[in-house]
Amino acid sequence: MVATDKPTYKVVGTRPIRPDGTDKVTGRAEYGVDTRLEGMLYGAILRSPHAHARIKRLDTSKAEALPGVFAVATNADFPRVESGTMSIGEGTANPVWLVDNLLAGEKVLYHGHAIAAVAAIDQHTAEDACALIEVEYEVLPAVVDVREAMLDTAPILHDDLRTTVRARGVEPSANRPTNIALHLRLEKGDLEKGFAEADVVIEREFETAMFHQGYIEPQNGTAWWDRDGNITIWTSVQGTFNTRDQVAAVLKVDPSRIKVMPMEIGGGFGGKNPIYLEPVAAILSRKSKRPVKMWMPRDAVFLATGPTSATYCRIKIGAKRDGTFVAGHAYLAYEAGAYPGSPVGAGAQCAFAPYNIANQTVDGFDVVVNGPKTAAYRAPGAPASEYAVEATINELAEMLQIEPMDLRLKNASREGTLNSVGAPWPTIGAEAVMQAVKNHPHYNSELQGEDTGRGVALGFWFNGGMESSGTASVQADGRVSLILGTMDIGGSRASMAMMLAEDLGLTMDDINPHVVDTDNVGYNATTGGSRVTFQGGWVTRDLADQIKAQMSARAAAIWDVPADQVKYEDGAFVGPKERFSFKEMAGKLPGTGGLITVSATSKRNTQGPAFAGHIVDLKVDRETGKVQILRYTAIQDVGTAIHPSYVEGQIQGGAVQGIGMALNEEYVYDDQGHLRNASFLDYRMPVANDLPMIDVQMVEVPNPGHPFGVRGVGEVPIVPPQAAIRNALHDAIGINFYRTPVSPRVILDELLPKD
Amino acid sequence: MTTANHFVLSAVINGEQRDFLADERDSLLEALRERAGIRGPKEGCNNGNCGACSVLLDGRLVNSCLVMAAEVQGAEITTIEGIASPEGLDPIQQCFLEEAALQCGICTPGFIVATKALLEENPTPTEEEARFWLAGNLCRCTGYDKIIRAVLKAADQKGS
Repeated sequence: MVATDKPTYKVVGTRPIRPDGTDKVTGRAEYGVDTRLEGMLYGAILRSPHAHARIKRLDTSKAEALPGVFAVATNADFPRVESGTMSIGEGTANPVWLVDNLLAGEKVLYHGHAIAAVAAIDQHTAEDACALIEVEYEVLPAVVDVREAMLDTAPILHDDLRTTVRARGVEPSANRPTNIALHLRLEKGDLEKGFAEADVVIEREFETAMFHQGYIEPQNGTAWWDRDGNITIWTSVQGTFNTRDQVAAVLKVDPSRIKVMPMEIGGGFGGKNPIYLEPVAAILSRKSKRPVKMWMPRDAVFLATGPTSATYCRIKIGAKRDGTFVAGHAYLAYEAGAYPGSPVGAGAQCAFAPYNIANQTVDGFDVVVNGPKTAAYRAPGAPASEYAVEATINELAEMLQIEPMDLRLKNASREGTLNSVGAPWPTIGAEAVMQAVKNHPHYNSELQGEDTGRGVALGFWFNGGMESSGTASVQADGRVSLILGTMDIGGSRASMAMMLAEDLGLTMDDINPHVVDTDNVGYNATTGGSRVTFQGGWVTRDLADQIKAQMSARAAAIWDVPADQVKYEDGAFVGPKERFSFKEMAGKLPGTGGLITVSATSKRNTQGPAFAGHIVDLKVDRETGKVQILRYTAIQDVGTAIHPSYVEGQIQGGAVQGIGMALNEEYVYDDQGHLRNASFLDYRMPVANDLPMIDVQMVEVPNPGHPFGVRGVGEVPIVPPQAAIRNALHDAIGINFYRTPVSPRVILDELLPKD
Repeated sequence: MTTANHFVLSAVINGEQRDFLADERDSLLEALRERAGIRGPKEGCNNGNCGACSVLLDGRLVNSCLVMAAEVQGAEITTIEGIASPEGLDPIQQCFLEEAALQCGICTPGFIVATKALLEENPTPTEEEARFWLAGNLCRCTGYDKIIRAVLKAADQKGS
């Protein structure tokens, strides 16, 4: 670990066992689908076999008549909602589109689009009933490629969609239907002047496939709409409040009438921010007067949830002979899926983030296609645009005959240089990470063997922000209950408890963290954007300060001294003459005015920008096209690592998801928009024997905008792998690839003799 | 109602004789989870590709989603709930905790049951052997690094 000016901590930086660990290794932890309620029914959903079709007739009568069926729901069961914009955790949506995505209205817009839902006595009966629902379709031409969807001749998904233009000097197009929902432009400096000054200009085009988040736990939702009009929902989501507010919007129920229970969540990576089943289960519950549990079969998870945008990216960079970047242009076209809302905005801001380029323009397009509505996926939008830039820079380094890391270091973003929206960077670790890559033993080791190659790439993500709340109660025995509303998706109970313990001078075992439902804690935004430990640290700092102040006042009263003469040091209240340990003082609370409960809310927008640099060695098997990763090193500026094991785990997991994108994973559609690989067998995620250990080097450049210097860590590690591996493949076999994934078939197409 | 399809399933589950109604269309996974209330085995794919539902059936590692409930009459089944002893956690479980080998935890029951079977078959696996044995268990959070470390550490402890 490389540390700079790091304070000495007692708890932060240690590796205790997580508080929820035992339940998770013994099978006791309760995930959403583990919910069992008296009288509970089981739900199933009928999905479209077509990618684009008008629903001419929908007849559910035979399903309703099947013994064991209690309720059937269709789009007509939703109240009429108004068109508008609402937050859906990471991103926004129009409530009308949210409803249409839950159960299709007039048209189905993708293979697997939900049409009707059934609640029955058991799963088998619910599925049997779905098969009895009659649907007559008028099949329409489908478009599943972003560039085809942008053509004037493309099939139109939404007759009322017009392009929103957020680009200076660009006239909105004619008032006619389009699949281009948004054209945005970020500008800095003078692009034309920049390219005129360049000695060398490089322009390259790239495509990235549609990838799925691949969480192992399918989406689920159990709902009970009681006779008083209140709704309780048990579900595995990244944000309970986010789910509550979305369900409220589509059902037109006051949010305060909905309680969302935080069941454990089996992975999300951004994909468990949108709602899919919860409102449908609620409608089935209202109709059947019973609780209804639903979960998705795996093929539905692939067909109808997640994925990330497939993209087309064109990158143009101008440089001086000495390697100084003088101009950069990125053209980014991102698929949104069936409804607008791709993460192209974030992709645009990230594209050139690691580099200081005086003159740059980024054009981003959000484009609807006949695929599932895309959802956030780990650093949403960043992997595609940064892959394209990092691959282009590697080719530029070769053209200029400059060592690739030297070229990057020469152009590194630094504190005070302007980012792509023209704002100065705060303290960032871009240069420190680049230097750490260059100095790493891996980067400087000799690579041996035939058809082996080494590649490197950088990555950036914003991190932070949004609102968190928490409550702490001091118990008379000296322990502290910590009440949280952010979902623990990978160890955040531990990190939060550790930060509170650190501030109170206690051990992690003295803190008892709980994640509770939406009625029992203040508002918490979703778990995403690498924000939870960042914002949570502000909350626990505030809670600790309040606890210390109130307990100091009690101690002062006992000792009959002014409050300012009591200090809190090393876990003890120290007065002019006496001292009480935290535990002793806690024991005196009941007799001096009662136990103490404090609450705090934080909504700081000071981001903790994070950079990563990955180094990969690989070997290509010329007979099969399979790529074996020989060695992998992930270097990352983590700010301060609260629980280093879980920070390493985030980095390793993110890197491996990126390796999957680079080498194997992709949605495969036929020309009519049918998804051909909706299973874990055919959507090939990395398995244990595909990989070596993932070595992590944490660079700690504390975030000055956080009590402990935390930067988010979860997102940025997914950014560099696609370019690092693509650059390593060039090193290994001399071929530049311009599309990910570079699957064995793609490699064989290049290596086998063409006839 | 479809009670006509029900039958009494009798099996020894985690050392205890259990007799309960199951549907003849149930997989072992469905029968365990939705009929017997044993919810440690998880459904990730329902077609044998993710390993989250791994159980030991008469000592053999299986994906319980690929076994019909009606096939296990009289069998002995061990799920994640049966791995720890009354005295404490199995060393595999302890090592998963110490090595931070889980993030969301949904794949953990499957990995621990599969590791139990591995170490019974091969008490001293190499890293490569562990990786190949566990290739049928998907984890999307950890990148497998810490899982493999936990497995090798558990093997070390069981051996000593």
